[in-house]
Amino acid sequence: MKYIDEFRNTAHTKALAKRIADIAGDRELTFMEVCGTHTMAISRFGIRSLLPKNLRLISGPGCPVCVTANDYLDHAIALARLPNVTITTFGDMMKVPASTSSLTKCRAEGADIRIVTSTTEALTLAHQNPEREVIFLGVGFEATTPTIAASLMLAYNDKLTNYSVLAAHKLIPPALEALLGGQLKLNGFLLPGHVSAIIGSNVYKPTLAEHNVAAVVAGFEPTDILRALAESLEQIVSGNYAVNVEYRRVVSPEGNTKAKAIVDEIFESCDTAWRGIGVIPNSGLRIREDYASYDAAKKFNVEVEPTREHKGCKCGEILQGLCQPSDCPHFGKSCTPDNPVGACMVSGEGTCAAYYRYG
Amino acid sequence: MDRILLSHGGGGRQSQKLVRELFAKHFANHTLDQFGDAALLDFDFRTPSPESRVPQLAFTTDSYVVRPLEFPGGNIGKLAVCGTVNDLAVSGAEPLWLSCGFIIEEGFEVAALERIVASMAQTARDANVSVVCGDTKVVDRGKADGLFINTAGVGRCISKKSLSPNSIQAGDKILLSGTIADHGIAIMAARKELTLETPVESDCAALNELTNAIMEVAPDTRCMRDPTRGGVAAALNEWVENTDTGITIEEGAIPLNESTRAVCEMLGFDPLTVANEGKLLAVVPTAESKAALKAMQSHVLGKNAAVIGSVTTDNPGKLVMSTSFGTTRIVPLPSGELLPRIC
Repeated sequence: MKYIDEFRNTAHTKALAKRIADIAGDRELTFMEVCGTHTMAISRFGIRSLLPKNLRLISGPGCPVCVTANDYLDHAIALARLPNVTITTFGDMMKVPASTSSLTKCRAEGADIRIVTSTTEALTLAHQNPEREVIFLGVGFEATTPTIAASLMLAYNDKLTNYSVLAAHKLIPPALEALLGGQLKLNGFLLPGHVSAIIGSNVYKPTLAEHNVAAVVAGFEPTDILRALAESLEQIVSGNYAVNVEYRRVVSPEGNTKAKAIVDEIFESCDTAWRGIGVIPNSGLRIREDYASYDAAKKFNVEVEPTREHKGCKCGEILQGLCQPSDCPHFGKSCTPDNPVGACMVSGEGTCAAYYRYG
Repeated sequence: MDRILLSHGGGGRQSQKLVRELFAKHFANHTLDQFGDAALLDFDFRTPSPESRVPQLAFTTDSYVVRPLEFPGGNIGKLAVCGTVNDLAVSGAEPLWLSCGFIIEEGFEVAALERIVASMAQTARDANVSVVCGDTKVVDRGKADGLFINTAGVGRCISKKSLSPNSIQAGDKILLSGTIADHGIAIMAARKELTLETPVESDCAALNELTNAIMEVAPDTRCMRDPTRGGVAAALNEWVENTDTGITIEEGAIPLNESTRAVCEMLGFDPLTVANEGKLLAVVPTAESKAALKAMQSHVLGKNAAVIGSVTTDNPGKLVMSTSFGTTRIVPLPSGELLPRIC
């Protein structure tokens, strides 16, 4: 198939794997793939089996479901229990354990919770059911935020009054900065492909300039990931650190200016809490005051249960690359995809889910 | 497990748990505990040594709740006939008689009901089975999604030995009758929720002629399965789970329609986990595998048949795939709800 087979070609992957092994030599190096889709692709394609042992890939905080804090889910569940409310959400949020319940359990108890694949579906539901309040659970990084911002603009222009968003959007560059200031020693980042399609590659430069760290924006096919690793190694060997773009067929230096303008119209940055990591300054987005009537957090006054964390769960450390899933006492025992203790085991992009599924 | 969740009906690990920990616990008996696609029965069932008995009769049942009721390549009625016929066929039986129960929502259009029933009748004739008894219930508007159908089927056991995954041996070949994932993708596209247009049609078909053809030329066939919910990944995993053998498959050998592949890639689905309704997986000893493949390929439903892998002593209990770009990966048992109500 065009644009897939070209990127999954044995001759190319073998040649790239050899190039990586040659450049790496016996250096002990650690790279972090920031994005959950990369974590999944690396596991699904068995990329580690092509890499030398001294080259370590660790997963970062780039799974939107995983980094969403418990209190957000508790808030969503409290909203779902209100009369005449329909919650719309991307499917991955359903099974994430909140303090005492989950959206899946809440739906089985009778709440109206619908899985949608786009905000367009949520808007259609709001138009078709004027007697119900349709709330969209807005989570995700810069790649998903524009469509959610666009849905709020459409609702505003159509004077739709029964649609709102419970926003917990997060930003990647401040998270990278927080990681670089932490205890972890990193030699390079595989930067997210789809997030960078929106925000561009230039935006990382101020954050990464002060650190000697390789950075390549990568696509999601086997040859994309391998080529990005080879380019990162070249940066390390030459000492010429920069933000390279391997995923040139999608990512430009400036990014998608139209999408950025829509996001900027609706949202403003704010401090926000990341699961297991804590509050990172200016790493979140909240709905601007001008659109407050579309902000579910302001529109509905609900009592949210006190937040409870899950004992022993190492999601926080795993999200920061400080430990591997196998270091967690719950992993594969009391925590499995069917019965998750932590968010990293739930999402299709979660580190624990990837390790559990693909070994 | 304090309430039933949609994933308990998804055919994955949670369905397994519900069946084993609730239904099988209460209904336990020697036949049920085999967990086959059909119960294999004989009339000497009161004799003390079950091992020496030869099954005479195969019996199975299945309920159909697919949405939408009509989709490219089939409808709920055709599915209800094929599904039950296939459960008998892969158990090594000749399907003979079906029952069907209809649960109809008040207000359902009679013309649509007749279209569905006529298509069931045609499918039954083509598969050489008769619908010999039935039942009709009508429920209040809003209490069923248009139409639900249950079918049960009875067949005569023709395989000389019981087909069972317990007989799988290292070295055996895995045969697949054609392209995978078409049913799941066709249903999803037909729902129009994704505003997705694709030429993919459901592969919904009765497999009894194909299973007969295989058993004729490969009498030592170990076991067969039509990989429905959970797809090929679920069927192959269940065969080797908790055993000392594993299965290795070759990505490049698995037949896949270009359009189906495109949709799977776009939405991030692994085609191995997407449902089929007219495909056959068979485990055949190497010595008989060429003949079995040839027999499959000479039937219209098996023209794209291929040997996709083999049973190994490596990776016991696991399904492993060699990718087309030189790596290997574990293919896990799918869990949870990928696509609710696809059959």
